[in-house]
Amino acid sequence: MPKVVIAMSGGVDSSVAAALLKQQGYDVIGMMLRLWSEPGKEDSNRCCTPDSMAQARRVAAKLDIPFYAIDAKEVFRKTVVDYFLEGYARAETPNPCLVCNRHIRWEFLFSHAKAMGADFMATGHYVRVVKDEFGRMKLLKGIDPAKDQSYVLHVLTQEKLTQALFPVGDYPKTEIRAIAEKFGLAVAKRPDSQDLCFLAGDDYRNFLQRNAPHINQPGKIVSREGRVLGEHRGLANYTIGQRKGLNLASSVPLYVLQKNATENVLVVGAAEELGTLELLAVNVNWTGGEIPTGPFHAMVKSRYTARETPGLVTPLDNGTKVTVRFDLPQRDITPGQAAVFYDGDQVLGGGIIRYSS
Amino acid sequence: MIYLDYAATTPVDSRVFDAMLPYFRESFGNPSSTHRYGQKAEAAVEAARETVAAILHCRPDEVIFTSCGSESDNLALRGVALARREQTGARRILTARAEHHAVSKTAERLEKEDGFRVEWLEVDEFGMVRPEAVEKAISKDTALVSVMYSNNEIGTVNPIHQIAEVCRKQGVPLHTDAVQAAAYLPVDVDMLGVDLLSLGAHKFYGPKGIGALYIRKGTPIQPVLTGGGQEFGLRAGTHNVPLIVGLAEALRLAEVEREERAARLRPMRDRIIGAVLEEIPDSRLTGHPEQRVPNHTSFVFKDVDGNLLLNLLDGAGFACSSGSACKTGNPEPSEVITSLGLSREWALGSLRVTLGLGTTPGDVEAFLKALPGLVQKARSL
Repeated sequence: MPKVVIAMSGGVDSSVAAALLKQQGYDVIGMMLRLWSEPGKEDSNRCCTPDSMAQARRVAAKLDIPFYAIDAKEVFRKTVVDYFLEGYARAETPNPCLVCNRHIRWEFLFSHAKAMGADFMATGHYVRVVKDEFGRMKLLKGIDPAKDQSYVLHVLTQEKLTQALFPVGDYPKTEIRAIAEKFGLAVAKRPDSQDLCFLAGDDYRNFLQRNAPHINQPGKIVSREGRVLGEHRGLANYTIGQRKGLNLASSVPLYVLQKNATENVLVVGAAEELGTLELLAVNVNWTGGEIPTGPFHAMVKSRYTARETPGLVTPLDNGTKVTVRFDLPQRDITPGQAAVFYDGDQVLGGGIIRYSS
Repeated sequence: MIYLDYAATTPVDSRVFDAMLPYFRESFGNPSSTHRYGQKAEAAVEAARETVAAILHCRPDEVIFTSCGSESDNLALRGVALARREQTGARRILTARAEHHAVSKTAERLEKEDGFRVEWLEVDEFGMVRPEAVEKAISKDTALVSVMYSNNEIGTVNPIHQIAEVCRKQGVPLHTDAVQAAAYLPVDVDMLGVDLLSLGAHKFYGPKGIGALYIRKGTPIQPVLTGGGQEFGLRAGTHNVPLIVGLAEALRLAEVEREERAARLRPMRDRIIGAVLEEIPDSRLTGHPEQRVPNHTSFVFKDVDGNLLLNLLDGAGFACSSGSACKTGNPEPSEVITSLGLSREWALGSLRVTLGLGTTPGDVEAFLKALPGLVQKARSL
C-alpha cells in the first residue's frame, strides 16, 4: 500500500483530503507544522494555533491515522519571515506564502515525509495533477474556480509533482463540506482567509514596525519629473496603484506609480500614468517541465486575487527569467508578487515579479 | 508496535482488572451509606487501605486515596505548607526544578498566590538532589521539603533516607513523589523516613484515575478538596471503590513480584544503555548510571530534534518518549533536562526508553537495531 503524508491544518480542506486518501486505500500519516509566531502571539497564528493542532489531532484520531507535529519554527523564521522583511526592505510587496510552499511545505516537510517512508505527500490545496501522454505531470487548476489555488503552487517542480497528491482539487468546496459532514469530521469553522499566518491577525505594518523598524522610514513623495510633492510614512505603507491615504493636494487624483527603495522615494502620478505593459519575473519555475525555447502567448495572473490577462511571455537566460508583455496596460503589477502563466487550466510556470515598466 | 514507554503509563494487569470488576456493578454501593450495600463497599475500601498500609509499613489511617499522583502531590504541598504556616509561621518551600510539574508548578502557585517563597534546590549532573544541598538550604522557616524518590524523565533515584535525616533534624516535614519509583523500589516509609509519599496506580499496572498519599501521623496538613468527611476529612468526594481496589491489588502485586520484575528488566536496561552509548556517536546517558530505576533508560543525542526522533521511532513501530513538551512539536527541553546543565545542542535531543512487564529481549534487540539509523536520519533532516 503506498504511504502518503498529508499536511494537516485542522481545517476542512486538509481534513477531507486525509479522509479521501484513507478511503482510496492509502497508508495515511498526518503531519502538522509548528510554524513561527512572534513571541507571545503563538495562540493567534492562523495556521497552527494550539486549537487548530488539537482539531487536526481529533481528525487524525477519527480517521485512525498516526499524527505527528513537526517543529518548523526556526526554518520558517529564517526562510519565510526573513524573506518577507527583505522584500519590504526592497520596497516590494513580498508573497511569503510562495516561499512557504516552496521551501517549508515542499522541502522541509517533504523531507520529513520521505524520512517516514512516504511515497507521496498530499495537501488540502484546490489543484489537480495529471500525467500527460509523455509522462509529464501537469498542474491544473482546481475544479472550483472560486477556490483554485494553483497560483501558489506554481513553485512545484516536476520531481515534486510526481510525488504530490491533491485529493480535494477534484471537488467544489460545497462538496468538500458535505464530505466532511459525511465522515463526521468536526473541523474548525474558521473563515477562509488570505492573511499571513504569522501576522496573527495583526496589520503587516505593525509587524514591520515591531520587527524591522529601520526598513520603513519616512521619505519624499515625488512626481515622475522629480518634483517633491510631500512626505510619505515609509514605503511599506503603500502599494502600487494606491490612491487613498497619500494626503496630497492636487488638481487631479494621484496614484502610487513606483516605490524606489534606494532613494526611499514614493513616485506618484495621474491615473493615465498608471499602468505597465511589461514586467520582468525572476526565479522562474517551469511547472509544466518544459523550458520554452521562444516567446509564447499565455494567460498571466500577477496576483493571487487578480484576473488572468493575455500577454506574451519571453524566456531569458535559459528560462530562469522571463519578460511578460501585456496586450493592455495593467494597473497593479506589484514587484514581489508572482506572475503565473496558464494555458487554459494548466499552469505552465511562474516567477517573482522584479520590476515593471 | 513495540511499547517502550512504561514510565508514561502501563496496561492494567489482568489480575488487577479482575479484582476491580465486582465493584462496578455488583458491589456498587457508596462506602458512606449505612446500609449493607454501603457496608460492602466500605469493607472493600478499608481492606484496600490495609493492603496499602502494610506495604508502606504504616497505619491504615495514614493512607489517603486521591484521584492521581498529581492530586497527591497537590495535597501534600498545599495541605502541609498552609497548615505549617498557620502553626509555625514557616513560609519557605524547598524543592527542585527537576521535580515533576505536579510538585514544581504547585510550589510556584503557592509562591504566587499564597505568599510562600520557593527555594530551588541544586541538582548534580545526574539530576540528583544531594543531602548537603538540602542541609545548606533548610531552616526553621522551611514549611516543607519535597524531593522525588526517582525522576520520571531521567530515572535517577534520590538519596531520600539521607535527605529525611536532614529534615528530621530541623523538624521539617519531607514529602516524596514516589509515583515513578513505586513500581520497582521499596516504598517502606520507615526505611525512607519520609512524612508524605505520593503514589499513582497507573504506573504500576493499576488503573488510571487513582492515587494515594501517605501522611505520617502528626504531620500538620489541611484539606485541599473540601466537602464531605471522606478520607479522615482530608479529601472530600465519594470513594472510587473499584479503582481503590485496583490500586491496592496493583501495589500488592508490585510488592510481591518486585525483585523478580526488577531482576528480569535490569539486564535489558543495561543492554540498551551499553549498546546505545557504544553504537551511536555523540550520545550520552542522562541521569545516574547506577542509582537509577531498573526499567529506565534515557539519553541525549547531540544535534538531534528529540520530537523528530520520536516521530521516526513511532513510524518504525517503537513507542518511546522524550524530555520535552512533545505533543505540539515544541522542541524546548524540559526543566529536568535543562537542570542537568547540558548545552542546547545536546538538550534538544532527549529520548526516554522505559521497559515493563511486556518487554522481551527480542523487543530490545529490534529497538537497538533500528535506533542508530533513525538517529542518523534525524540528524540529516
